[in-house]
Amino acid sequence: MTLRMLWRKGLNVSMLALTGLCALLAVSALFIVLGFLALNGAKSLHWSFFTNLPAPMGETGGGIANAIVGSGKLLLASAFVGVPIGLLGGIYLAEYAGSTSSFMVRYAADLLNGVPSIVIGIFAYAVVVLPMRHFSALAGGFALGVMMIPIILRTSEEFLKAVPRSFREGAMALGASKWRTIATVVVPAAAGGIMTAVLLALARVAGETAPLLFTALGNQFWSPGWSQPTASLPVVIYTYATSPYEDWHRQAWAAGLVLLGLVLTTNLLTRLLLARKAMPGR
Amino acid sequence: MNSITPAAVKQANPPQEAAWNPTLRMAVANLDFFYGKSQALFHVDLEIATNRVTALIGPSGCGKSTLLRTLNRMHETQSHTRLEGQILLDGENILQLDVTRLRRRVGMVFQKPNPFPKSAYDNVAYGLRINGYKGSLDEHVEKSLRRAALWEEVKDRLHKSAYALSGGQQQRLCIARALAVDPEVLLLDEPCSALDPVSTAKIEELLIQLKEYCTIVIVTHNMQQAARVSDSTAFMLSGERIEFSPTPQLFTKPTDPRTEAYITGRFG
Repeated sequence: MTLRMLWRKGLNVSMLALTGLCALLAVSALFIVLGFLALNGAKSLHWSFFTNLPAPMGETGGGIANAIVGSGKLLLASAFVGVPIGLLGGIYLAEYAGSTSSFMVRYAADLLNGVPSIVIGIFAYAVVVLPMRHFSALAGGFALGVMMIPIILRTSEEFLKAVPRSFREGAMALGASKWRTIATVVVPAAAGGIMTAVLLALARVAGETAPLLFTALGNQFWSPGWSQPTASLPVVIYTYATSPYEDWHRQAWAAGLVLLGLVLTTNLLTRLLLARKAMPGR
Repeated sequence: MNSITPAAVKQANPPQEAAWNPTLRMAVANLDFFYGKSQALFHVDLEIATNRVTALIGPSGCGKSTLLRTLNRMHETQSHTRLEGQILLDGENILQLDVTRLRRRVGMVFQKPNPFPKSAYDNVAYGLRINGYKGSLDEHVEKSLRRAALWEEVKDRLHKSAYALSGGQQQRLCIARALAVDPEVLLLDEPCSALDPVSTAKIEELLIQLKEYCTIVIVTHNMQQAARVSDSTAFMLSGERIEFSPTPQLFTKPTDPRTEAYITGRFG
């Protein structure tokens, strides 16, 4: 009897310890990654790292200014693809779709979300790079934009659906047409959530490397306009980390730190937005 | 001697308009209403007098809200609904009117206050803006808020969120929002059921004042409220209109035993 009780108690304690340890590991993964990045990359984080172009191969120093600007351009281009299609598709799902069509759209979006990013890259290569005959910011932005579509679509659908029906009825009772109701009442009421969806999608694709390798390619220099190969943070990390130069390794760590910092800031920003929004009504 | 042609006959007897009684604003004739396969209203007739308050009473599920929502075709926002019969507004069949124009003429206030998540001012101006109102918005917003007896309470915080207002104020804001487009008829679906007694009294007082500007149809489950505010009352039960009389008569000398049973509190 006492032996069984001891055994039971012992099992409880050890399982508690085991699950707790794994939970701790899950949480600490983020901090371990952050710590590693800071430890290895902080040395290279000078002001010039943000403002200078990469140094010629073999020389030390230099920065990643072109990659930071390049990533910004790629994200801007991707937003032009992902935001309108994702948002309008989300509006269709939340406001218009019947049960069959909504099932199909939702399922397709979820599948697209699961398509490996390298496959999206090949797709962008085939439909943008090949016809244009060169790598470009446009092609990279297109690839990232396609990846953003399902994220924005599904998230904005959820937020639009959370808008109370009473708002829609109130507007329609005043003679607003369905589209007018959506545009002037429903979407503004969900604006905070939609903004969140866009930021989350941007944060998610900002770190994508695979679809950029053969669309935006990369560039050691500034890339004027939209139709030239463009440097980006993830591709710089990839290139530098796999190079044989010690200094480039350090710079890859530093670029990783910058990228992670940007993504974390965006995530925090969305949390703040959501907390402040506090959906009125029921 | 003139020969009688169909056109001449038509001219001599313009359909409906000639027969339309100007003291009536709306008329419902032989209305059947269905949610999918289940019938919610059976052969309902109702006459709504101009610049009067008409109350619809009855137990839960009797179809009074359904009837109200057909009057500006709000039932069309729900799927699988079907309507048979006739509803006239100033002698015109509302089913043949453009629904946007109809809802401008027949406004609606709902059970729970439902201001948009905008400022008080933008709430009232909403109907004007979407209808392309050309005059002075400020003036019209003030006029509507005054008519809804809310101006004095909100004039200093017009541009603050409507959600900062109390429940009763929010409901009066919704009334002001509906009044802003100068509707001929205002439909109210249990407008006080979510409100405290003081706010309720304010809205009841307001309804009596509003008769000056428009015709009012109010659904209420509160018989005292119907008795206080309405000129005529329709009692409904299981989708049928049982009795429709001037309010004092319905509450003192009901002709149908079911009406009497309901108003004396034997069921419902």
